[in-house]
Amino acid sequence: MASSETAQHDAIVADLKNRFGARIIDVDRSFGDCTIVVDKLAIHEVLAHLRNEKAFDLLMDMAGVDCMNLPSFRERFELNYMLYSVPNNVRLRVEVPVAELDMDVPTATDLWRSANWAEREAFEMFGFNFVGHPCLKRLLTHHEFKGHPLRKDYPIMAGQWCSSTSDMSEELNEPR
Amino acid sequence: MPDPRNVDIKDFIPREGEERPRYSAQDFDHDVDPSQDDFNEGLTLPDINTQPMFINIGPTHPATHGTFRVYCRLDGETVEKAGVDIGYLHRGFEKIVEIKQYNQVIPYTDRLNYCSGLTNNVGYCKAVERMMGLEIPPRAIMIRVIIMEIQRIMDHMICCGANIVDIGALTNFWYFFNARERLNDLLEALTGARLTYSYTRVGGLAWDLPQGWRENVKAVIKDIPRAISDVRGLIEKNRIFMDRTRGVGMISREDAINFGWTGPCLRATGADLDLRKVRPYYGYENFDFDVPVGVNGDVYDRVMCRIEEMNESLRIIRQAIDMIPDGPVIVDDKRVVLPPKEKVHTSMEALINHFKLVIDGVQPAPGRIYDAIETPNGELGFYIISDGSGHPYRIKVRPPCFYAMNTLKFLIEGGMVADIVAILGGLNVIAGELDR
Amino acid sequence: MGIKQDLLNPITKDETGIITTRLDEIVRWGRKNSLWPLPFGTACCAIEFMGVVSSDYDISRFGAELVRFSPRQSDVILVAGTINYKLAPVLKRIYDQIAEPKYVISMGACACSGGFYDNYATVQGIEQIIPVDVFIPGCPPRPEAIMDAILKLQERIEKEPVPRRGTPRRHEVVEKLRDNQD
Repeated sequence: MASSETAQHDAIVADLKNRFGARIIDVDRSFGDCTIVVDKLAIHEVLAHLRNEKAFDLLMDMAGVDCMNLPSFRERFELNYMLYSVPNNVRLRVEVPVAELDMDVPTATDLWRSANWAEREAFEMFGFNFVGHPCLKRLLTHHEFKGHPLRKDYPIMAGQWCSSTSDMSEELNEPR
Repeated sequence: MPDPRNVDIKDFIPREGEERPRYSAQDFDHDVDPSQDDFNEGLTLPDINTQPMFINIGPTHPATHGTFRVYCRLDGETVEKAGVDIGYLHRGFEKIVEIKQYNQVIPYTDRLNYCSGLTNNVGYCKAVERMMGLEIPPRAIMIRVIIMEIQRIMDHMICCGANIVDIGALTNFWYFFNARERLNDLLEALTGARLTYSYTRVGGLAWDLPQGWRENVKAVIKDIPRAISDVRGLIEKNRIFMDRTRGVGMISREDAINFGWTGPCLRATGADLDLRKVRPYYGYENFDFDVPVGVNGDVYDRVMCRIEEMNESLRIIRQAIDMIPDGPVIVDDKRVVLPPKEKVHTSMEALINHFKLVIDGVQPAPGRIYDAIETPNGELGFYIISDGSGHPYRIKVRPPCFYAMNTLKFLIEGGMVADIVAILGGLNVIAGELDR
Repeated sequence: MGIKQDLLNPITKDETGIITTRLDEIVRWGRKNSLWPLPFGTACCAIEFMGVVSSDYDISRFGAELVRFSPRQSDVILVAGTINYKLAPVLKRIYDQIAEPKYVISMGACACSGGFYDNYATVQGIEQIIPVDVFIPGCPPRPEAIMDAILKLQERIEKEPVPRRGTPRRHEVVEKLRDNQD
């Protein structure tokens, strides 16, 4: 099973490099995982290709990372998509470097509906702006919270009091 | 604003020359066949002007297990629009683990899905061990499998018990809770704690099994099938239960996968995705067990899937409890494991080793890994980034019920208020995992 | 510290005469033996509370069997679990809605002091929001500890003067507590 997954990873990497060429910045194969680093401008095309042609129909998770304190990084922020293909039983991880001054990222909600809340959380914790998201609002912190808590320059003890519960007019009117 | 034109009694009294509205039995012609009668024919009641009503369920509500809020706009009993508000148990897990060491994160993982704390411990330790390239001893692997299956039974008991209580049947809750207490006694004898166990360490387990634990396990699992079959007999062919749960909260297989569902909720829709079978770990390929898969994807199938999974877990435990090999329970690597206390008090190297491990902690090489296990709720994944120091740089938890809760809005719109409770219970939303 | 002394040694000058003393005793007996809890359960401690209510560690022996989820129908609010800044206004509102006499039990490390979640999201102890009568340490506390807390609350109710609750004197005491904390 493990060897066939490696073979599938090889095939996917070769296919993506063929199609997208220089947009695929890097490939990392440590620990048996396959990670592809993609340029931000091509991310939506790459994800659409992976979903439609390569049958990656389950978006497991999206994780934002603030790379400020790492020894080496491309841009300050990074967005990771964990993909899984149910028919082929293959995992894949896609990384997108995102600069601090330009945090617009195209949304993936038109491809996978699980991206809805995952993107809201990434926005709330790091500040990514997902262009085209139906309802990009805070999810886990309260509506009077200012700042993006998981950034490395947000002090960990800085709690913010909340004075009221939110009225949920935006969530109610979110399109299906 | 309430409508100023209230429906008044004088609207029911017919004016001169008007036919009386037919709203009582004595008005009907007695030679007309009642089954052919359309009650709305010729009705002259004025239109009852209805307004949509907004109802707020939660955050503290007996039916919401955990704190989250469902805000609905109702038209009578039907939910027109709904909004879900979570984050009432957001405790900043991902921020606070950045200042802790790898072994100090283990109690925080306990409190993620607090109904099955050991599974989270194992999932986290498995990810860190894979990142460090550690091979844990076979005894530790087998014990981890057994405690994970015991926790699977306990988690399903809480979920199904609470779900069925919300639908209105209280007895099953007590049957399940009594059985769960007996299983909890086993784990308390093993780990010392009742709910937040923190039994695993990076590299294996904290300590070995106590004396006589295996015999106790065999004795207890003789009685568990009785509780499960009692509850099953009460609900499986029960008219009321089937009416309340069949066809409620239905979702198709493709939609469920698109929404990111995993676990028993996904298997109830017909998708055969169980990480223990599809990507086996810890020797699950050596056990003989099946994975229950549903048909319709409604609440009934989810409850039944969970009850069947409890029986399958019992099968695994029966096989595994006789297969525990001898040996150590933690890996023999001085970068990872504290030396035994006798050596610490007598030998200089062990003393310094102990000191370094406590002060600096376990230090994996820089890298990133995503690893997942099949918890009772679905796939729990840990994405860990290490920068080479003793503190994790970033840990992202992939909670299974986060994606199920994402879907709640779409499952309840168009249904009735009473169905919200049934659907919510079937998704097994644990706030600790949802909000982290 | 003068305020704390007042609460521990209740002033009995409001009670005069034998008949009112006996009446107060009966009222106190009734109050302490029928404490209906409002479980404000958020996290893991709520599961332990469910264990206490179930038949192994029966809490209905102490009269606290009927868990009422409505603030108007309950006497003691049992805050079980972590309270974060998002939930704080909800807790305050529910506490205000409980009818007098009301008591607060803070269960678990997270409710008493924030637990080991010392970060941007968690309130470091519910005493910052509402006054607490009994603290139960533990993470989660054992069911026996919860029963002990109910017993301690009963002892406390036995000693307090009955007219104290719902009278101008009670408002004085609460105002002073609030001023002390500011």
